[in-house]
Amino acid sequence: MWQQLKMKYKNHESHGDLRSLSSSLFIIILHFLYEIMAVHGPVVKIHPVVLASIVDSYERRNEGATRVIGTLLGTTDKHSVEVTNCFSVPHNESEDEVAVDMEFAKNMYELHKKVSPSEVIIGWYATGYDITEHSVLIHEYYSREAPNPIHLTVDTALQSNKMNIRAYVSSQMGVPGKTVGVMFTPLTVKYVYYDTERIGVELLQRTRASPSRTNGLTTDLAQVASAAGRVQEMLTTVLSYIEDILSGKVMADNSVGRFLMDLVNKVPKITAEDFESMLNSNINDLLMVTYLANLTQAQIALNEKLVVL
Amino acid sequence: MCFGPFPLHQTMASRKESAASGSSPLETPVKQIQIDGLVVLKIIKHYQEEGQGSEVVQGVLLGLVVEDSLEITNCFPFPQHTEDDVDFDEVQYQMEMMRSLRHVNIDHLHVGWYQSTHYGSFVSRALLDSQFSYQHAIEESVVLIYDPIKTAQGSLCLKAYRLTPKLMEICKEKDFSPEGLKKACIGFEIMFEEVPIVIKNSHLINVLLLDLQEKSTVADKHELLNLSSSNHLEKSLQLLMDRVDDMNQDIGKYNTYCRNLSKQQQQKQQYLQRRQQENTQRQSRGEPPLPEEDISKMFKPPQAPPRMDTLLIAGQVTCQSVIFMGRSLF
Repeated sequence: MWQQLKMKYKNHESHGDLRSLSSSLFIIILHFLYEIMAVHGPVVKIHPVVLASIVDSYERRNEGATRVIGTLLGTTDKHSVEVTNCFSVPHNESEDEVAVDMEFAKNMYELHKKVSPSEVIIGWYATGYDITEHSVLIHEYYSREAPNPIHLTVDTALQSNKMNIRAYVSSQMGVPGKTVGVMFTPLTVKYVYYDTERIGVELLQRTRASPSRTNGLTTDLAQVASAAGRVQEMLTTVLSYIEDILSGKVMADNSVGRFLMDLVNKVPKITAEDFESMLNSNINDLLMVTYLANLTQAQIALNEKLVVL
Repeated sequence: MCFGPFPLHQTMASRKESAASGSSPLETPVKQIQIDGLVVLKIIKHYQEEGQGSEVVQGVLLGLVVEDSLEITNCFPFPQHTEDDVDFDEVQYQMEMMRSLRHVNIDHLHVGWYQSTHYGSFVSRALLDSQFSYQHAIEESVVLIYDPIKTAQGSLCLKAYRLTPKLMEICKEKDFSPEGLKKACIGFEIMFEEVPIVIKNSHLINVLLLDLQEKSTVADKHELLNLSSSNHLEKSLQLLMDRVDDMNQDIGKYNTYCRNLSKQQQQKQQYLQRRQQENTQRQSRGEPPLPEEDISKMFKPPQAPPRMDTLLIAGQVTCQSVIFMGRSLF
């Protein structure tokens, strides 16, 4: 953040020592203020599909390009911006100039609008850690397309051993009337999932485990087994915690106690016979369904054979 | 709704060369499908956003063929068919998308298409036609069926299907009469074949997933252990019954056809017999015999109903019954 500010400041021409001193003071004050506040502006909600697309387009970048940029699509709200889609835009970057294929961006946006007419351009993304001067120019272009665009950076070079995903919005800074510049203020980033997306992401997580990074789609039974296993694990954790408390190793916590109370009360009170009869009737239903399905299949197969005769 | 593949002349030529030198066309060219995680997420998102009201949501798969497995690396969705001037827009949309994607180094090779399904009812004439035209142009293409309702219940339900070579031949002939199908002795089991799917992620995506898991507080969801699946069960059963009704009607039609045919045969025999009798009578009386009339013109054979739909319905019923069974278990 501080480096960004320094770069912005260096880009501006200083008109005089006193003015530069006052503007630098102003910048320092603003910087500290924002550090304290840390977030300012709308909350950015990102879907994982957007991040996956960004990473994918980074992997497919042209030779010699250090970073990739693209447009973000989504919907805006009063207090939040939801990013649901994105596409990459070819661009050339060198020391002193940057060229972005605007035509391409417009075309792609039109095509995307045909599929999901509710998505609008809400900003742009770039891979890489820092915000460069070129970003300012690109951001200006995007401000023409969308009101108050969001800038998202995805650190694919893994500078700090993590993929930092940050969002910024631009705001004017500097002494009004004199040296005006642009500052990127950070925003909070949240990840949102649809239910089905969550399940998809969960499945994808499993590819981390295998060495060849592949993973077959498991059968239903295996998944039920794994879900039951997870519940069992959680139960054992809770039980061991309770034992620790009883033996005095850990201090009892009231809020946790309340949750435990909730948990125990949630189990419905059924007598043993009722439970047995319920289970039996369920099994009967299951058997009937299986029988019916098998009957249908047998009937169809028979029909086929008769026709062929 | 049938949309054909974009003719990629250069790639087609190169593919044909490799096909000629490589394996014989009768073997299944695709043994496995490798899907990128990105494609899975995109398909899920597309259905979630655009597919709530209407039945199906479709899109195109892009990727490449690597030896005996098909790699799907990207996809893009197709707009819904609500306007009248759809055909022109479809082709143009596809062309534009592919051209644009080529600029950003995304594989622009058409390798199939995907469709969402509603409770498992996807075996239809339209699907068959589309898949046939795809497979005819590009040998390794597949159709990915995504079942969102089953996925919401806890496990991702994505299946890949191809038409068997036998079915391809029949579709080529376009001979759907009972005799034609009998000749090929095709049953509904060997219409579609399923290809196993494997999901693959690159290292960078793995890092991303790690990050996501740390940052987001994804509470454990246990929809799998949800015992109240009865409304889904009801819906599946209803659809199954509908299909069985359709099947019934179709069988009824076929039966009437058979009966008509046999009745006609009988009539023909009777006519011939009467002719013979009359001729002998006339000969005994010394008159010239009646001319032999063309029998085939008199008795037009009844129209044989096309059996392809029956096959499809049979396949659908099987599929549906399997799903019905599956729902009750989970």
